Amino acid sequence: MIAMIHATLKTLSSYLANKTLSSVELTQAFLAQIDQFNSTLNAFIAVDYDKTLLEAKVADKRLAKGDFHPLTGIPIAIKDLFCHQGWKTTCCSTMLKNFISPYDAHVVEQCKKTNMVILGHTNMDEFAMGSSNEYSCYGPVKNPWNTDFTPGGSSGGSAASVAARLTPVALGTDTGGSIRQPASFCGITGLKPTYGLISRYGIIAFASSLDQCGPMAKTAEDCALLLNILAGFDERDSTSLARPFEDYTHHLTDSINGLKIGLPQEYFSEGLDPKVSDLIDKALKALTELGAQIVDINLPNTHLSIPAYYVIAPAEASANLARYDGVRFGHRASHYNDLIDLYEKSRAEGFGQEVKQRILIGTYVLSHGYYEAYYLKAQKVRRLIANDFQAAFEKCDVIATPVTPTAAFRLGERQNDPIKMYLSDIYTISVNLAGLPGISLPVGFINKLPIGMQFIGNYFAESRLLNVAHRLQQATNWHNQQPNL
Amino acid sequence: MDWEAVIGLEVHVQLNTQSKIFSNAPAQAGQAANQQVSLVDLAMPGVLPVLNKAVIEKAIRLGIALAATINQKNVFARKNYFYPDLPKGYQISQMDLPIIQGGTLSVAIGTLQKTIDITRAHLEEDAGKLLHNNQSGLTGIDLNRAGIPLLEIVSEPDMRSPEEAVAYARTLHKLVTWLDISAGDMEAGNFRMDANVSIRKKNAEKFGTRREIKNLNSFRFLEEAIRYEIAWQINCLEQNKTIEQATVLFDEKAGKTCAMRSKENAHDYRYFPDPDLLPMIISDEQIENVRRAMPKLPDTIKAHFINTYHLSDYDASLLTAQPDIATYFEEVAAISQQSKLAANWINGEFLAYLNKQHIACSETTISAPALAALITKIAEGKLSHKLAKQVFDKMTTSALSVDQIIQQEGLENITDSDEINQWVTEVIANNRSLVQQFLAGKEKTLNALVGQVIKRSSGKANPNQVQNILRKHLAKSAK
Repeated sequence: MIAMIHATLKTLSSYLANKTLSSVELTQAFLAQIDQFNSTLNAFIAVDYDKTLLEAKVADKRLAKGDFHPLTGIPIAIKDLFCHQGWKTTCCSTMLKNFISPYDAHVVEQCKKTNMVILGHTNMDEFAMGSSNEYSCYGPVKNPWNTDFTPGGSSGGSAASVAARLTPVALGTDTGGSIRQPASFCGITGLKPTYGLISRYGIIAFASSLDQCGPMAKTAEDCALLLNILAGFDERDSTSLARPFEDYTHHLTDSINGLKIGLPQEYFSEGLDPKVSDLIDKALKALTELGAQIVDINLPNTHLSIPAYYVIAPAEASANLARYDGVRFGHRASHYNDLIDLYEKSRAEGFGQEVKQRILIGTYVLSHGYYEAYYLKAQKVRRLIANDFQAAFEKCDVIATPVTPTAAFRLGERQNDPIKMYLSDIYTISVNLAGLPGISLPVGFINKLPIGMQFIGNYFAESRLLNVAHRLQQATNWHNQQPNL
Repeated sequence: MDWEAVIGLEVHVQLNTQSKIFSNAPAQAGQAANQQVSLVDLAMPGVLPVLNKAVIEKAIRLGIALAATINQKNVFARKNYFYPDLPKGYQISQMDLPIIQGGTLSVAIGTLQKTIDITRAHLEEDAGKLLHNNQSGLTGIDLNRAGIPLLEIVSEPDMRSPEEAVAYARTLHKLVTWLDISAGDMEAGNFRMDANVSIRKKNAEKFGTRREIKNLNSFRFLEEAIRYEIAWQINCLEQNKTIEQATVLFDEKAGKTCAMRSKENAHDYRYFPDPDLLPMIISDEQIENVRRAMPKLPDTIKAHFINTYHLSDYDASLLTAQPDIATYFEEVAAISQQSKLAANWINGEFLAYLNKQHIACSETTISAPALAALITKIAEGKLSHKLAKQVFDKMTTSALSVDQIIQQEGLENITDSDEINQWVTEVIANNRSLVQQFLAGKEKTLNALVGQVIKRSSGKANPNQVQNILRKHLAKSAK
């Protein structure tokens, strides 16, 4: 039983294929984990044992027939913003607490087609706005490594659930770092793919030009296996890209001899905990021992990324969240005098503080007289940031950076300091602005809390990123560590 | 004081595509509430817009017809405001880069021709409808209309009278139906007009403050509303009152315009390019393909009819009301070589029958060759006009040919002079007083005599022939 919950997808897949294990048994093992640990961690906010076991039984039937996919019968947890037919999909917001989705997101369809078994919905920062999973109407998630600390956000529940072995893999979303940063804080591996690689249809929108779904797992290899069923064109998303099928596991074990790893000067300056840069150095050393070369590069507009992001993301969010007006679905105030009152009360009651803040910022930067100075300017800066990366990729193949300036912080520590919270996004945010792929994987511990590092690739370089991460994981053991629960 | 009215129109045209502009729900009207609504139209969490490419071709067609610039890169923008008929809390429209820029429309105002400049035309989605009746004191929301494609056509403020505005609106209406980009059913809301009206002193350079009259759904109300508004504004100015910019509605019953509450006027829509949609890129080839498939424009065809077939302006106008009719006419005229007769018959009997049977020209069972055959018979004198009508009526309900009907009903014109001579002799003998009157100079009595002969022939004698023979006989009598 214990081995099962720690096993990687390849192992589980072979057990299911040779009937050592059934999907029902496997699912029950994880449901037992959830039973035991979720009340402490609060990683899951919705579990339906009956529905889930039924899916496992169906998976077993398919496995028995012999016509199955490597991921058939494997359990998965999904962040509470993937529309899931017949389930409450709430974005951990009071606004959608009663919303039962009438349809499945594209990625959920993909999981179902494969007959993966959905264990339930994981906790998140409300409407994906946050970096600590403390802004949830269901209460905060606790970091499995130390429950006084945050797991990161906004995909805190997904990260914690993988780290705590409540699920073998999970789906998250990343708009400014929401997969990579919690992956770092929880000691797991998370990938944000190139913008447009995975369909956004059915993902409750935060910032349309930045949101991307991505796999979260214990290893790069597991991320690759999951990416194989998530990536691909969907005509229901106009920003979805049509590309020939790629097997993301194909290049995992490629040699990295001669690989040029760029280190951006701007990312390794003050503000970065020296213990963090130390661990990154050690990881890079392991890679140079495999033949990789370190190259110094510059990303000169890095300092503009946070202001640009915190103009663009809230602006798009302010429009995306306008549909939550209490009229057709979601929370409606119980007493109101007229239409405006209905709108004002429903939204005041339905949205949390951070969401309201961002809607206000977003409305402001789009408003008459400010649009050119803020939103338009920020989009121009965005182009400069993207250009910086293109120039850098002339000199290197992948870029190595920290994910967060420090390891996880204490619950409640940053609640009254939203700016500090925003500033810690510095290493992840540019990647979303440029639409590039980025992977976060564990490289050590600081005061018994995990810390990760990030590799950034050029557009569609997921295979290469997974390759570098996999080779590092072959040479290190951080990804095999588990918290004491 | 010499005042000048300055008028511009914004017309929202519903495009007649199968599906809505950003969702695959059907765009056909007339269904029960909320039967044509997809998850996308409902603005459910997580849904995304996908452009219906059919709207592009329709917009390009209008652009070509207006000799406008087609912006080969154009962008959709979000227009943000809250209202229950707008599920997303924003409308997907176009702002900085609309699909069509500039253009002109030539408008006939009485006998004068005026060119009205078009500012721009852009694509956007229609909103739903709010229902207030029979809703138990609540307001009902019907989203069937939400997402129907609209082309908003904005004119320059080039019009100077209600008549000019109506002429422009009528011409534009005809154009969009001619081009088959809209059904143009005004009662169904396919063609909705907003009028911007301001007043200034004649020869002044600057414009006065304008007020916008919203949502006019008929040409009659358009004219009445503008007329009232002009008078109202002039009255204000003559009393030295300033005119505040306002959005006004036309109260059809009272015949007045009245300002909406001022709150509605101050809207900051916070436009920004919609990140869910890519910029639309239109290739030269696409535009060429549309240009090649375009029908000839009505004015071009009308001029051709006047010049080539020597039709009157009136006749040519009627024949170019719809492209089907124009094509039909040309075929009938070509086969029969009788353009005037063809024009009369199509504008008269044929159109009347189409209206009566509620069918379009393309649905008629009377082919152009068949109508041409009928007209030929008339021209050859083989059928009187009256009998031809009888034959035509039969053609509308049966599948028989002209010849078959004539045979069946025994309607062949009697041109046998002997028989006619016989009847003429009899009629002259029995109508001494009429004959005397004719010989005394009353030309009109000839008609009565002709009528009598025709009667004896049971309507089958050729009237012209009868007349000729009668005159000959009467001339002899005079001697």
